[in-house]
Amino acid sequence: MIFLLIFISAALVNNFVLSRFLGICPFLGVSKKLDSAVGMGIAVIFVMVLAVSVTWPLQHYILNPLGLAYLQTITFILIIASLVQLVEMILKKNVPALYHSLGIYLPLITTNCAILGIAIDAILKKYSLAASLVYALGAGIGFTLALVIMAGIRERLETADTPAPFKGTPINLILASLLSIAFMGFSALVTV
Amino acid sequence: MKKKGPFFELAKGIVKENPVLVLVLGMCPTLAVTTSAKNGIAMGIAATAVLIGSNSVISLIRKFVPDEVRIPIFIVVIASFVTVIQLVMNAYFYELFKVLGLFIPLIVVNCIILGRAEAFASKNNVFLSILDGIGMGIGFTLTLFFLGAFREILGSGTVLGFNILGESYSKNPMLIMILPPGGFLMLGLMMAFVKVFTEKRK
Repeated sequence: MIFLLIFISAALVNNFVLSRFLGICPFLGVSKKLDSAVGMGIAVIFVMVLAVSVTWPLQHYILNPLGLAYLQTITFILIIASLVQLVEMILKKNVPALYHSLGIYLPLITTNCAILGIAIDAILKKYSLAASLVYALGAGIGFTLALVIMAGIRERLETADTPAPFKGTPINLILASLLSIAFMGFSALVTV
Repeated sequence: MKKKGPFFELAKGIVKENPVLVLVLGMCPTLAVTTSAKNGIAMGIAATAVLIGSNSVISLIRKFVPDEVRIPIFIVVIASFVTVIQLVMNAYFYELFKVLGLFIPLIVVNCIILGRAEAFASKNNVFLSILDGIGMGIGFTLTLFFLGAFREILGSGTVLGFNILGESYSKNPMLIMILPPGGFLMLGLMMAFVKVFTEKRK
């Protein structure tokens, strides 16, 4: 039951993008087309779960017993960077079409704060390993959900008549604001 | 690229190539911490310190770093500076450290810092790189301050804790502005405003 609550809380109530502001760069960058948004979302879910499954044991079995907790930031970012490289290589070999459509944004997952954010946040929240993995899965799905909704709306916005100063990023931010208001409807659904 | 003087490198980050409003980098901390002007300044200064440090070190080691592995090396340099800032803030500014929380370690993945390392510090000498870091840092801090101040005025009627709009407003403010949607909305409006302003000057 607690796992379900953590999942819903991470995916909807405390949506990573729309209420915690993590992963805004890919949210604005890759939400132009629905296909690449879905691809990016899946890549992020995968890397998030993978990253937490490595960083959690690292923190609890290596850094903490050795009193090296202050090395958290450095070690976590290195692990995430190598994981991203791995995902990139796998995609390049097996799904070249997706690899090309994600373009420069795949290496940018490294600097996606959602990934480092979830790795550190799972430690800060003192979740167990299983709970952390559920948390990562929920957060990744929440990220994908926000990204796909955003991409769907932006595809329609392309043809709309936007006032000149608002063209590009400003209108997207206002769109994100409205989406965020919509997601506020989920608040108090669960509290974890 | 045309060579420009040291003053240009310092000044460009403030308006012309403002990292947030023009280059659209570093959005996550920008939106997350600007619920008040004070948090905005604190985040800006922390990021500026990291940026100056990483820019100068990366510029110093740029000739020894093999091209293929430069990104991991840059990230390690940046992460080291972030750890320093994290420890300093934990020791001397504990209140701010608690408020900014998760977003201090996340300075590592602030696109501005890696972006400047890659685009500027890895190609220029130490002096210009430090100036670039200071300029970009000031641009970032100012943007965060204004965004935080606007949100704070509308969301709670105060700036840096001083009451601006009077008691009656503080009792019944536009709370939405300090909630997440307000961050997106205010930044969108600010960007549109800057666009109007810069396009008129052209």
